[in-house]
Amino acid sequence: MADIVGGADITVAKAPKFRQTRKGQVRKHIINVKVRNEIGVLARIATLIAGKGYNIESLSVGETHEPGISRMTIEVVGDDIVIDQVVKQLRKLIDTLKVRDITDVPHVERELVLIKVHTPTSRARDEVLRIVEIFRGKIVDVSPETYTIEVTGDEDKINAMLELLKPFGIKEMARTGKVAMRRELFAEEAGE
Amino acid sequence: MSRKGADIVIETLKEENVEVIFGLPGGAIMEVYDALYRDGSIKHILARHEQGAGHMAEGYAKATGKVGVAMTTSGPGATNIVTPIADAYMDSVPLVVITGQVPTHMIGNDAFQEVDIVGITRPITKHNFLVRDIEELPLIIREAFYIAKTGRPGPVLVDIPKDITQQLSDVKIPSLEEVKKALPGYKPHVEGNAQQIKKAAKLIMEAKRPVLYVGGGAVNAEAQEELIELAELMKIPVTTTTQGKGAFPENHPLSLRMLGMHGTYYANMAVYNSDLLIAVGARFDDRVTGKIDEFAPDAKIIHIDIDPASISKNIIVDVPIVGDVKIVLRKLINELKRKGAKILYLEERERWLEQIEKWKKLHPLTYKNSKKVIKPQYVIEQIYEVTSGDAIIVPGVGQHQMWAAMFYKFSYPRQFLNSGGLGTMGFGLPAGIGAKIGRPEKEVFVVDGDGSFIMTMQEIITAVQYKVPVKVAIINNAYLGMVRQWQELFYDKRYSEVDLSLQPDFVKLAESMGAVGFRAEKPKEVREILEEAMRIDDRPVIMDFVVDREENVLPMVPPGKSYRDMILEDGRGTEAETMYLVG
Repeated sequence: MADIVGGADITVAKAPKFRQTRKGQVRKHIINVKVRNEIGVLARIATLIAGKGYNIESLSVGETHEPGISRMTIEVVGDDIVIDQVVKQLRKLIDTLKVRDITDVPHVERELVLIKVHTPTSRARDEVLRIVEIFRGKIVDVSPETYTIEVTGDEDKINAMLELLKPFGIKEMARTGKVAMRRELFAEEAGE
Repeated sequence: MSRKGADIVIETLKEENVEVIFGLPGGAIMEVYDALYRDGSIKHILARHEQGAGHMAEGYAKATGKVGVAMTTSGPGATNIVTPIADAYMDSVPLVVITGQVPTHMIGNDAFQEVDIVGITRPITKHNFLVRDIEELPLIIREAFYIAKTGRPGPVLVDIPKDITQQLSDVKIPSLEEVKKALPGYKPHVEGNAQQIKKAAKLIMEAKRPVLYVGGGAVNAEAQEELIELAELMKIPVTTTTQGKGAFPENHPLSLRMLGMHGTYYANMAVYNSDLLIAVGARFDDRVTGKIDEFAPDAKIIHIDIDPASISKNIIVDVPIVGDVKIVLRKLINELKRKGAKILYLEERERWLEQIEKWKKLHPLTYKNSKKVIKPQYVIEQIYEVTSGDAIIVPGVGQHQMWAAMFYKFSYPRQFLNSGGLGTMGFGLPAGIGAKIGRPEKEVFVVDGDGSFIMTMQEIITAVQYKVPVKVAIINNAYLGMVRQWQELFYDKRYSEVDLSLQPDFVKLAESMGAVGFRAEKPKEVREILEEAMRIDDRPVIMDFVVDREENVLPMVPPGKSYRDMILEDGRGTEAETMYLVG
């Protein structure tokens, strides 16, 4: 149906058009943040992420080899587009030096877990010991009723081990949260 | 030379060429006020409420482009200035707010007048500091100024514990180089990517129906000259946001005036039907875009902005260019000229401009005037006439703000100073006082609503005390008018808690504070009062214009709707005109 717009003679009516809006996929992101170790920097970063309505799954902070510089690894579940916005806003903070979402780049990630397992019987102790060996963990504390295990690895490994230990009864557990680092690419890979 | 921390504060402010501070003293900041007194070289404006001080500093900053400085004490002094800080953050106003804090050893103990203002303002400042060591005091204050005014401007808060202001130190004031070195994580990107600028130039030459959409970033970057040159060179019509007003003169033939919720019909139609939208220092606010998936549905978008986080935030853009608007526009113009500044579809472009002219004629900004009752739009038109269009207009927030934006034509940057992002009622009077102090040579007209005015009206006293001859026109409809309008349109006229007909006698109120008060109840009195007000230059003038109570701001794009759903000036929809232009 053709019609006149404002008395102009060059109009054609069409069905309404819609701008394409991008909806991101919701998934777990790993963000590395290099910061100046100033008072309040952790609060600033946490406030910013919480302000988007997202919950931080894990966060680890530690000093780097450079004095006064710390590095954080933040794990957060969120929409790709919103996370992209979060990354940009993190970069805007005065105390951040470098921010990078490494979810989609090759990286290594590790987490350390301490698990106190209920081991009242010698059979339980034997089995737990075997599981710990398989996962290359260590027994770091022993009592008549419990073993305390230390294990490092990526998420899959730790989850797999936890599954196997659950039937014995986990009394306590502490996780450090992930630390992650981008893999260094070989020359030919980097060039592509 | 050893001196008190308080003296270091004043010394550093002088190093930053601060000419005026807006504030209100109290226990925790007394040392600094003492140093201010002893030094005697910086002017101080004593506001009657810290919110007033904050908005004054904002008005000063918006009018001059310089950093506005506000100073308050701890606790309630600090919390009272939170609203102006949030306002400045939303509208990118360079502000340094200095707050006193309880002595270091009492922090965290719920001391008298203690509040964690650094924690409170963290999400609404560009950055904030708690000074912990007198040795870092001058560096922090200089960093605050540097951060506030560079990149995308914004408010920075410096919280200084009382003991720091009392200690002695011979620390020297750092140089700008040292300041930059102390901020390794802060490097605003100003230059603009050359490749992206080339892409943008190509799109502009190939466009059939381009529109420039200009926001406050163009005002902050002082890019008026470049905008006019680009628009004229490539024959591109220009629409501005409320913050962008004056960045492009509204009497220019290519001006479409304001877009968005209360934008002109022709600006909104042009944006809706455009095939290329060039956003310049604007951030696609929901009051501009309406329903986002029907905003300029056919357009490719170029977005020039100093703030990388503004890009692709609300809308996905095709060509993002991060950089200072003025620098990027200059490079873009050079690139276009290098390629001959050709408009490839010249015939289509002519037709586009013709079409826009037709839209302008079909639905200009208009209203039905009356001989019996004062129409608010009429007041604004009369203000325009008595000031020859040259006054700085500072509105509050509400209907009157939109009427001021619509019926006053703005021709230069920093001429329309309004609370756009946060929408802070009560902004007008104190911001107008700050603007007049910053630009004493200009006539400053506060166009306020009765609801807005009452929120900060104590500052009349401040204007009287410092002989600030600001003009205040209260568009008095005895309603919270904008809310009433929404209730009329979207809530079946259920006027819930918007009636303000019990109100002070504004004339007597003005007189009681030593200002001049006038009232107009009939249309013919409007001009008389305004002319009389123009003759007063030693005191503020408060003019109470009793206007038509139920006048609406039209046209209007209902919230969350698209430009196609605009309600026009006659209160009817756009069905008849809901057409889509095809190039």
